Amino acid sequence: MVMERKKIVVAITGLNNIDSPGPGMPVIRGIKESSCFDARIIGLAYDHLEPGIYMKEWVDKTYMIPYPSKGKDALLERIKEIHAKENFDLIIPNFDAELFSFIKLEKQIEQLGIKTFLPSMEQFEERHKSNLSKYGEKYGVTVPKSEEAFSMNDLFNILRSFSYPVMVKGKYYDAYKAYSQEQAQAYFSKLSAKWGFPVIVQEYIDGTEVNVIALGDGKGNVVSAVAMRKQYITDKGKAWGGVTISDESMLELTHRIISQTQWRGGMELELIRTVDNKLFILEINPRIPAWVYLAVGAGQNLPEALVKLALGMDVKPYSSYDIGKMFIRYSWDLIVDIDMFSKLVTKGEL
Amino acid sequence: MRFNQSIAMSESGFVFNPITGDSFTLNNTGMQILSMLKSGKNVEDVKEQLSAEYDVDSLVLERYLDDFISDLRRNNLIEE
Repeated sequence: MVMERKKIVVAITGLNNIDSPGPGMPVIRGIKESSCFDARIIGLAYDHLEPGIYMKEWVDKTYMIPYPSKGKDALLERIKEIHAKENFDLIIPNFDAELFSFIKLEKQIEQLGIKTFLPSMEQFEERHKSNLSKYGEKYGVTVPKSEEAFSMNDLFNILRSFSYPVMVKGKYYDAYKAYSQEQAQAYFSKLSAKWGFPVIVQEYIDGTEVNVIALGDGKGNVVSAVAMRKQYITDKGKAWGGVTISDESMLELTHRIISQTQWRGGMELELIRTVDNKLFILEINPRIPAWVYLAVGAGQNLPEALVKLALGMDVKPYSSYDIGKMFIRYSWDLIVDIDMFSKLVTKGEL
Repeated sequence: MRFNQSIAMSESGFVFNPITGDSFTLNNTGMQILSMLKSGKNVEDVKEQLSAEYDVDSLVLERYLDDFISDLRRNNLIEE
């Protein structure tokens, strides 16, 4: 029996398939490969040069949307305009920096007939890098010591209680290892100028970087979870290659966090395993990570499962995945005519 | 001491630890030793078999074998 695939229209952000890639393209790849959905993909882009805009075999149409700094009202107005033309069934936002607006707008977006599948504001806020210490205490998980700095003065005071090297991290993205007060100051200035305050000072933990991608159903159940060891890390700290692993303690930690927090939506746990085998949580990202296609390749189509949850369909939780599946990222030059670029710049859509 | 049975070994000498994600390549002798450990033999059995098979001084063999076992232990390929 051939099952007919359900036609859906999905709006997706994060088409920036660059050296520090957004998750949009691999999410699209998972949805396009779904045996349940026949999806029309609407890209929502912030920058005219996000590569996914020009990948027409994956993204049917793209619209420019206002940067998060323009505020949520501007975003809602733009979503209404685009929705009037495209009538989408759901939106999958993929950037940390835009999630605040999307979570705030969740009800209004739903009133337009558009589904989302996002964490609650409380879930989103409490796992913030700057709240990690409190999070560790509340849920009984091991996190590195970390403190927030809102000024250079704060930074001086905080650094007194740390030994070097320390990690200096931006509110949303970027992290640097500082070996001295001078270096920490320089990174503080750079990160606060780019991402605002606070800047986070975190204890440096030496070990192997491992990650888990997961999907929570909002009722405490894990629908999908895959553990990965980074094999190649870029100078921006991004995994450029990785392999699925069968580390039970990582998966147990993921189940514990999702069940305790009733997490709703995609998430990524960034972990460090120390030489003496302790697992530290470095960050909890409130969205699908860019390496999601490894999970799909290993047998868990997490983007498809997220779409099903968003549309209120039944989802059978995945219970296993292939161990030893690797991803190796690569770059590729697209050749496009300048007419495409000019159309996007002048009309805001392509 | 026992061999970590979840370790995957290929005939070409590639060893993959699916729990940590570490991978290694071994030469023929390393493969032979690891295969013996995997099949349940202990270090004494391994030593005996290698002594019988190779023309090697027993002290030299013991030293190299000890070093190799330490490497395996450090890389979580065998457990206490």
